[in-house]
Amino acid sequence: MQIIRDGKIVHDDWRHLANDEPLPAGKATISLTRWLAEKAALQSASSELGLRLRGEDSIDAIVDDLKSFGLIVIEFPTMTDGRGFSLARLLRERYGYTGEIRARGDFIRDQMFFLSRVGVNAFECHAGQDLETFLPALSEYTVTYQAAADPEQSHYRRRGD
Amino acid sequence: MVGLYDGIALYLLIPTMYQYDEFDQTLVNERVAQFRGQTQRFLAGQLTEDQFRPLRLMNGLYIQRHAPMLRVAVPYGLLSSQQMRMLAHIARTYDKGYGHFTTRQNIQFNWPKLEEVPDILANLATVQMHAIQTSGNCIRNVTSDHLAGVCADELEDPRPYCEIIRQWSTLHPEFAFLPRKFKIAVSGAAKDRAATQLHDIGLYLVKNAQGEIGFEVLVGGGLGRTPMIGQTIRPFLEKQHLLSYLEAILRIYNRFGRRDNKYKARIKILLKETGIEPFTGLVEAEWAEIRDGLLLDPREIQRVKKHFAAPAHDTKAATDRSFTQRQHEDTRFAAWIRHNTADHRVAGYRAVFISLKAPGIPPGDMTAGQMDAVAELCDRFSYGELRVTHTQNLVFADVKQADLFELWQALTALNLATANVGKATDMICCPGLDFCSLANASSIPVALDIYSRLEDMDYLYDLGEIRINLSGCMNGCGHHSVGHIGILGVDKKGEEWFQLTLGGSSANDASLGERLGPSVAKDEVAGAIETILRTYTTLREGDESFLDTVRRTGLEPFQEKVYANH
Repeated sequence: MQIIRDGKIVHDDWRHLANDEPLPAGKATISLTRWLAEKAALQSASSELGLRLRGEDSIDAIVDDLKSFGLIVIEFPTMTDGRGFSLARLLRERYGYTGEIRARGDFIRDQMFFLSRVGVNAFECHAGQDLETFLPALSEYTVTYQAAADPEQSHYRRRGD
Repeated sequence: MVGLYDGIALYLLIPTMYQYDEFDQTLVNERVAQFRGQTQRFLAGQLTEDQFRPLRLMNGLYIQRHAPMLRVAVPYGLLSSQQMRMLAHIARTYDKGYGHFTTRQNIQFNWPKLEEVPDILANLATVQMHAIQTSGNCIRNVTSDHLAGVCADELEDPRPYCEIIRQWSTLHPEFAFLPRKFKIAVSGAAKDRAATQLHDIGLYLVKNAQGEIGFEVLVGGGLGRTPMIGQTIRPFLEKQHLLSYLEAILRIYNRFGRRDNKYKARIKILLKETGIEPFTGLVEAEWAEIRDGLLLDPREIQRVKKHFAAPAHDTKAATDRSFTQRQHEDTRFAAWIRHNTADHRVAGYRAVFISLKAPGIPPGDMTAGQMDAVAELCDRFSYGELRVTHTQNLVFADVKQADLFELWQALTALNLATANVGKATDMICCPGLDFCSLANASSIPVALDIYSRLEDMDYLYDLGEIRINLSGCMNGCGHHSVGHIGILGVDKKGEEWFQLTLGGSSANDASLGERLGPSVAKDEVAGAIETILRTYTTLREGDESFLDTVRRTGLEPFQEKVYANH
């Protein structure tokens, strides 16, 4: 399917596995529950693994595991569940995760700018949506007041006075 | 004049409040463009009602009983005269010729058309105004002391910190989808005039043992269904850590605040359910991780402080003799001076309250004509700057005593000089069932009914300082829980009934009112209030205030009188 990654529309071949689905040969994401239950077996498999998190998930127990994932998906069960925004920032700033962080679920176009500022660099939108119309949302603002998980500094550092 | 927009002449803003630079202006302009796009997509059916709702709320736009309601931000209650003129223009052009000042120092327009809201926002942007985060589950307009910078009891002017918090919280990417709304107040004076303890975060400027000024941080205050008074989680916070500490509190709230029940989603519930010590521990641990990465630069504090410089006061203002003379000659003027003006830190100046509580007028309402006239008076008499109070009045903060008589005459002609500030008819009142889709009961007609019973001014003055607050439902926009007398509209089998509470306060000695007894019918409210006030006059000792009397005697003597015939 098509997703937005680093500001471009690209083809994506990650599969999101249900908890009882066998691992395929290629790239697959699994839930945190599955990772915690089957960690040893999953680590020895040949698939490239991604991890799916929800806003309420505590990641303290898996901080050391994060580097083994090629992708972390933050799922949005509703667009108003703002926990994923804090989770993304923690992954980037506190735990130093440098791989792809992808928003998936019920987020909407109008949240993409904020999501990109907290560390999300990929967007998996619902099927049937015209991704071209989503791209401008990533640059709706040319100025921001506060530092976040992006290269921006606090505005006054850039004002330089 | 620097330009024209939509037929309105633009004047340079005044030097005693924050001035946008190109950076601030760009952000607000881009917000207008973004909201215009969102509105167009909604009207074209590309955004569902559920998707558009949080977006429009984050821009202060509600869908109300009759029409959309637009809430415009007045940052910490501070307005320039030409911003006021723009509000008049909007009231006239896009509304029915009036606006409503709120308990959060903002203004609401009750009749705009959805498709015209982007144009209203574009107009506002030309005078450095917006409606960003005036509603929705995000960080709302920061509120403060309406006498900031002029009162004699101030440790430090809170407004620069309000502005710094405004900027930090504006379009903060992490905190736009919180469990519930989030309100911050800052107070810098000995007397708390900002209801600071009733905010999600309350900040008091305080001095520590070393003589340094910083913040006492309170969390978990709030009105609404479960009113609570904020608790101190940090007695002293250095200024450089202001933003990191706020960010730590917000992150803990965003991650752990309840999202399963919107009536239990405010931070006060998280604090209560977690316990103050564990909650404080969470915040402090989070803060320890981020404090060194988000230091507030003292140069930025200085940059913002420069915007709030005091105007060039007349050093000879106190030599005027006419002020005393006029008070001897005209008792109505003297009464207005006594009740509607406050001491100023500069000799020969006073702060003037403009009462938006005239007889027969919904509390906080102002017509476009009054707004224009007040803007004009403000240019003439108070350096072109005015403030909105959380009790729904206005303030001219810097008026020379020699000008007070002329100002009083002009305000009298505008029906804006009712000498009742802080008195029983200076009621706080929400829009209620007449406008609001949340309300259970009408509040404005009840307020007007009470008012008409208390109009005898000598009686009113004899009662002294009394705060009567009315809310049309338990969401508590009319701050009923902290009224000395609180009135709450409830729905009983489709009929409007009213619960009465006594003994609430939002001042330094903040307390929640206690329920007097069974609710009373709508047409009995005014009579009950009158009975309560008469009972007070028989109970008080010397010049004891209403609140002190209630605290001393308890509710019983009032219950006996109010429910005597039931």
